[in-house]
Amino acid sequence: MIFRVENGCFGYKEKQILKKISFTVGNGEVLSVLGSNGVGKTTLLKCMMGLLKWNSGHSYVDDQEISQMKHKDFWQKIAYVPQAKGAAFGYSALDMVTLGRSAHLGTFAQPGKEDRKAAEEAMEEIGITYLRDKLCTEMSGGELQMVLIARALTISPSMLVLDEPESNLDFKNQLIILETIQKLSRNRGISAIVNTHYPEHALKISDKALLLNQDGTNVFGNADAVINVENMRHSFSVQVHINQFSVDGRDYRSVVPLHLV
Amino acid sequence: MAAKRTSHMTRNLIIAVLPLLAALICLGIGRYSLDVRETVKILFSGLTGYEPDPTGYTVIFNVRLPRILLAILVGAGLSCAGAAFQGLFSNPLATPDTLGVASGASFGAVLGLLMHGNLIMVQILALIFGVLSCIITYSISRRNEKSSIVMIVLAGMVISAVFEALVSLMKYVADPEEELPTITYWLMGSMSRSTYNNLIMGAPFIIAGILLIFALRWRLNIMSLNEDEASSLGMNIQIMRLIFIAASSMITASCVSMCGQVGWVGLLIPHIARMIGGNNNRSVIPMSIGLGAFFMIIMDTFARAATAAEIPISILTAIVGAPVFIILLRKTGGAWS
Repeated sequence: MIFRVENGCFGYKEKQILKKISFTVGNGEVLSVLGSNGVGKTTLLKCMMGLLKWNSGHSYVDDQEISQMKHKDFWQKIAYVPQAKGAAFGYSALDMVTLGRSAHLGTFAQPGKEDRKAAEEAMEEIGITYLRDKLCTEMSGGELQMVLIARALTISPSMLVLDEPESNLDFKNQLIILETIQKLSRNRGISAIVNTHYPEHALKISDKALLLNQDGTNVFGNADAVINVENMRHSFSVQVHINQFSVDGRDYRSVVPLHLV
Repeated sequence: MAAKRTSHMTRNLIIAVLPLLAALICLGIGRYSLDVRETVKILFSGLTGYEPDPTGYTVIFNVRLPRILLAILVGAGLSCAGAAFQGLFSNPLATPDTLGVASGASFGAVLGLLMHGNLIMVQILALIFGVLSCIITYSISRRNEKSSIVMIVLAGMVISAVFEALVSLMKYVADPEEELPTITYWLMGSMSRSTYNNLIMGAPFIIAGILLIFALRWRLNIMSLNEDEASSLGMNIQIMRLIFIAASSMITASCVSMCGQVGWVGLLIPHIARMIGGNNNRSVIPMSIGLGAFFMIIMDTFARAATAAEIPISILTAIVGAPVFIILLRKTGGAWS
């Protein structure tokens, strides 16, 4: 599936938030969206999925404008993983993951054996079978985030949209989430659009990057090209040093913030 | 797993049978008391050709049966509507009166009583104003073709306050000798006005509402997530929300129109259901229906048979409901969260 946004603009009455956003995400590609707090990353995700309406510009799935698509068809292709926030009711992990089957079921249908199996498989795939009966309200942020990713997988989507999936998580859980995204894109061709606060993470997992600047401009391109010292300074007003090194024959890059500019 | 499933089935069976059993026993309780066997014989006398004592026949069929049917409907209905509102507003404390439906319906009914209308008239007015208040609430809360949960709840509070004030006004202008006691007593709730005619008027709305909510019970889980999340799971949440609100309001208004305001049930029963069977609305809804019916049969039997005079049912539900609720809360620490 190819997902494309052309000239997306969005703003409320007086304030223009997003200006002329254009990008393309191909099959199995990972796009990272970077930008400082409040620059409109979450708004961008909502707009491109039609949860908010572009003031001008359009989103396309395989060259079809998304407002022309049936609600259910669209949400069978694209799975949204929101930021993990506490829910009002404590559904068990299995129940929560099963909810992902919604777009595949008729309005009055109840999930059956197959849906349950799909949910169990999704949980197994990302290694959270042990959470099965745990209540969502009693989980840690990382556990809930994994449950939400599993829920997204039961949709069998072509693309995942994740809103800061690794914020508020510890080292290990961050790595688990990042590797899960990478694995899904490599092994199953599921593309992903990920909002993140960490340029380092973007470099680690993404093919492409979209950098939203505070002055309303944006930069889109290959991740390696977009995430450089110059652009980081412009977008975040932070002088960084990008350090390249290899351990056991594998290349790594770290982005170290030096000082404010 | 297998053992767990069997125990679930047993539990569900018990909850399904409980109201029926309670109904059978409670049919026999009262000043003219009958044992269960006699009750069953009388109930099926039309089929078996058994010739019962005419007094017993009249008591069962004309007095107690319509009343117990009403209790079943009201208990099941209000519990089901309560559970639906709680899921819909992702708020464990939402009740059937959240949208001002109960106050609106009460106002309609009091208006009917004041105009010395017959019971049908009271019912129709209650229904009209109940649904009207729901429509007003919903249209106030709509902005930019969207309505947020917070707006709905706030609008509901305002509408509730307005209709409650109007009810007070009616009480103020009512004749203190005759009308005022009727109104006050009516507002406290009683099943004693139940006749088959009343039932025919109100029951279809309640049953339709329950069936609708029952059929959509799994979707209710999704409605309790935040708006974008629910949308992203492929649901048209505006339409779905409207369906749930309409169904629950219909139930609430019909219940109020038939037996006045009965408090607590819509809060108490769904919570008990959650404490027994978990938060998944696939089990919460059916369990609320069963337990609600059971609870209301017991309460109403108490109301009519505990003392020589009838006790208003909302007093009973509050006096019995509140402590039970507190005990459950303390014991489970609120299993829904």
